[in-house]
Amino acid sequence: MKHVDVYRSEAPAWTLLREIKSLTTRPWTIMEICGGQTHAIVKSGLEDLLPKSISLVHGPGCPVCVTPVETLDKAMAIAALPGIIFTSFGDMLRVPGSSLDLLTVKSRGADVRFVYSPLDAVHVAQANPDREVVFFGVGFETTAPANAMAVVEARRLNLHNFSMLSSHVLVLPAIEAILGSPDNRVQGFLAAGHVCTIMGYEAYEPLAHKYRVPMIVTGFEPVDILQGIMMAVRQLETGRSDVENQYARAVRREGNRRAQKVMNDVFEVCDKAWRGLGMIPKSGLRLRHEVRSFDAEYRFGVERTEVRESPLCFAGDVLRGMKKPTECPSFGGECIPEHPLGAPMVSSEGSCAAYFRYRRIVPRGAA
Amino acid sequence: MCLAVPGKLVRREDGSDPLMGTVNFGGILKNVCLDWIPDVRVGEYVIVHVGFAISKVNESEALQTLQLFKDMQSGSHVSGKSEAVQRKTT
Ligand code: SF4
Repeated sequence: MKHVDVYRSEAPAWTLLREIKSLTTRPWTIMEICGGQTHAIVKSGLEDLLPKSISLVHGPGCPVCVTPVETLDKAMAIAALPGIIFTSFGDMLRVPGSSLDLLTVKSRGADVRFVYSPLDAVHVAQANPDREVVFFGVGFETTAPANAMAVVEARRLNLHNFSMLSSHVLVLPAIEAILGSPDNRVQGFLAAGHVCTIMGYEAYEPLAHKYRVPMIVTGFEPVDILQGIMMAVRQLETGRSDVENQYARAVRREGNRRAQKVMNDVFEVCDKAWRGLGMIPKSGLRLRHEVRSFDAEYRFGVERTEVRESPLCFAGDVLRGMKKPTECPSFGGECIPEHPLGAPMVSSEGSCAAYFRYRRIVPRGAA
Repeated sequence: MCLAVPGKLVRREDGSDPLMGTVNFGGILKNVCLDWIPDVRVGEYVIVHVGFAISKVNESEALQTLQLFKDMQSGSHVSGKSEAVQRKTT
């Protein structure tokens, strides 16, 4: 399909870069909220191609990076219980908790399995009726409906050996927390295209007007991102702050109502702590009371343990866009993808890992 | 984590619950849940995330964007006044 390839091709990118240059008369700071976009920006070197007066700030949009240490510790405690099969998306396996990660727990004998889809976890439960199967349900609104479907399926199949450790986060309250913070310097937002595929973008409109910040629903290919930036700059230069949809080939204004319904049937909104950012009101999802029997925290009353975070990690500042990963003294030294100190160095969508992989800047203190 | 990729629907398993189908991603076939876009037809492109089709790719929108790029390249586009994009403004 020609129109898929074109977003990866060079010619429109150069056209858009020229357009952005001709539009820009002043410095502007634009945040991309989603880790998938951060990854694409750093990988394609867009920051170096844009006019110097456009600063891109990377937001906290990586569910892997913001899963609280406490939840990771719980995941590992559950995975280590006898008779458990612990299933998870692959990205979560190497995220450091207080002292371990899931892969280490697995190497010590726990049955930890990586799944591609939440439905695969349900199939594992179906195939192992004498074992307890727990699925680590993490994600933004993009993933939450899929995780909710796992609960719907388990209920339909009458499975009593399936449960979910839920740690879902919502993008919009995080955007509001960033915009409302007194040290905010973000003037324009690229809203995450895939979250909007599910949720639509009606809810962004009051935020864009309240904070006078243009918000562009943007896709994930380099050309999408450049077009999103161009649309944001055009609004900024003309004093507008509207919601526009760059990713119209995938996103409708109302989103995907069927997916929203599944999500709302299974989950309800709750206050949520984000790793590196702290508590954000009404920014998470938990399993509803009606499906409590599928809640792993309810089923396996794991004790709270003391949570430890590496004192060397700057992740909070990186996630809020206050610092670039390369400003962290541990970047590329004590902290590399093989032994990460913080979550943003693990996930390929974490800013630290993206910078480490694609920007071979000599780390501080390296010979 | 929020990675979602476009692929072409090559088979629908009508009658399955939830509705499933097969999507071709550049030669790799995957079983995908179609429950959220039940009116999708074989041959259409869908965007897939963790085994779920979350959206159909709207071809006319995609082609319109292509046209916009062409216009920009040929210079018939005036900065800040592109119709195709203005139209999407809410
Ligand atoms: S480079 Fe490592 S230690 Fe520094 S902020 Fe990123 S994850 Fe934390």
